[in-house]
Amino acid sequence: MSVTVRIPSQLRELSGGAAEVSLEAGTVQSILKALDAAHPGLGARLFDDAGALRRFVNVFVAEEDIRFLDGVDTVIEDGQVVSIVPAVAGG
Amino acid sequence: MANFRELLSQTKNQISEIEPIGAEQRIGQATFLDVRELDEFEQGMIPGSVFIPRGHLESQVESKIVDRATEIVVYCAGGVRSAFATKTLQDLGYTNVISMAGGFGRWKNEGRPWITPAVLNPEQRNRYHRHILLPEVGEDGQQKLLESKVLLLGAGGLGSPAALYLAAAGVGTLGIVDMDVVDASNLQRQILHNMERIGHRKVDSAKSTLTSLNPDVNVVTYDVRFGADNVLDIISGYDVIVDGTDNFPTRYLLNDAALMKNIPVVHGSIFRFEGQVTVFDPYNGPCYRCLLPEPPPPELAPSCAEAGVLGVLPGIIGSLQALETIKILLGLGDPLIGRLLAYDALETSFRTFKVRHDPKCPTCSPGSEIVIFEYDQYCMPHAVLKDGTTETH
Repeated sequence: MSVTVRIPSQLRELSGGAAEVSLEAGTVQSILKALDAAHPGLGARLFDDAGALRRFVNVFVAEEDIRFLDGVDTVIEDGQVVSIVPAVAGG
Repeated sequence: MANFRELLSQTKNQISEIEPIGAEQRIGQATFLDVRELDEFEQGMIPGSVFIPRGHLESQVESKIVDRATEIVVYCAGGVRSAFATKTLQDLGYTNVISMAGGFGRWKNEGRPWITPAVLNPEQRNRYHRHILLPEVGEDGQQKLLESKVLLLGAGGLGSPAALYLAAAGVGTLGIVDMDVVDASNLQRQILHNMERIGHRKVDSAKSTLTSLNPDVNVVTYDVRFGADNVLDIISGYDVIVDGTDNFPTRYLLNDAALMKNIPVVHGSIFRFEGQVTVFDPYNGPCYRCLLPEPPPPELAPSCAEAGVLGVLPGIIGSLQALETIKILLGLGDPLIGRLLAYDALETSFRTFKVRHDPKCPTCSPGSEIVIFEYDQYCMPHAVLKDGTTETH
């Protein structure tokens, strides 16, 4: 029972260089917390001090933005892919 | 065997004709089809006509007039070729075709409306030949590109390939906004510029490169900081905006101004090894604030100047922006409206994610009012308060 979390290149320094991390299925919240436990420091880039998902971090389940699903309570099924897509502004 | 007179007479018995006075009343309802030769057509045409020389009629009409029930008024110079063309169209299954008696000659003599068409000159026909070969573009599409106006924000990493390809494609007016000068460290990726232009204004370097590539292109330069005081004036009149800026506040400012002016924005952004492309079509899809309600704080969003960018990456993303721009200008295919294309250069993958219109979007949801005002690092919209005053930060 696992899901795949895709790590963007700008956060890979915190995931030991891994582009994908395999984690137990659950809600987006539980999965990202597990991600932080596995790779300390990643959580601070995703959640603010109050524990809310930062608004400039977009999280997609397959192609869907979790803001238009159930937010961090969105349940991720076994085998689904969660993508963290940070805002970038370079030109 | 029939001679010409007999053949014409037989043909006219099998078709219907309409006098110019009656044909003029069909403008707006019927499709006017001009079957003369190019040199005649160039001298003048009935506005809005489809042009297919008689010799190409059978091979081209199905792609230019798709619906066989379309009401078609066929004309030539005097009414002979149009009679034969009408018969041919009937044979091809077109059910509502009529030939205009007396042709364009009588139409013009009677003082009915005509215009001189914008046509490509022989050099342009050669330069854009590969476009003209595409039925989806053709001479009409090329003419449309030549009449189009695209504004590029930034003549840097993204703006360079986008501007080069749009100029090569024959987009007739390219506006370029950039206040920087060319630095040697730009040349690793900003292919508009070169060694000789170091220290020159980027907009001048861009203009020099683009006009030597294609003299058809009118390059309009804006050597200014793009800000709340000038954004609306600068973007007015452009058909599409290519966003290749390098910071969040400018992107939010552009978003809000483009919504006000109802101009589509082709967004591109890059960072280190990753790039993103999407299209914000005002009120016909999400806007930048729907995708990104808040920018990251500067400490979590280092710029390319601080964190680096692989030199080829903006070439890929800027080229995609140019392609999306041409699709929008010509109405081709499915532009990236409501879809974010993310490119990861290290693993060579393209992924698309859905971007939805946010019903609570402060700038593009129904009833929202937009105030153009300089943004700080938080880029929050300036709300119009209940008493009519404007909240600023």
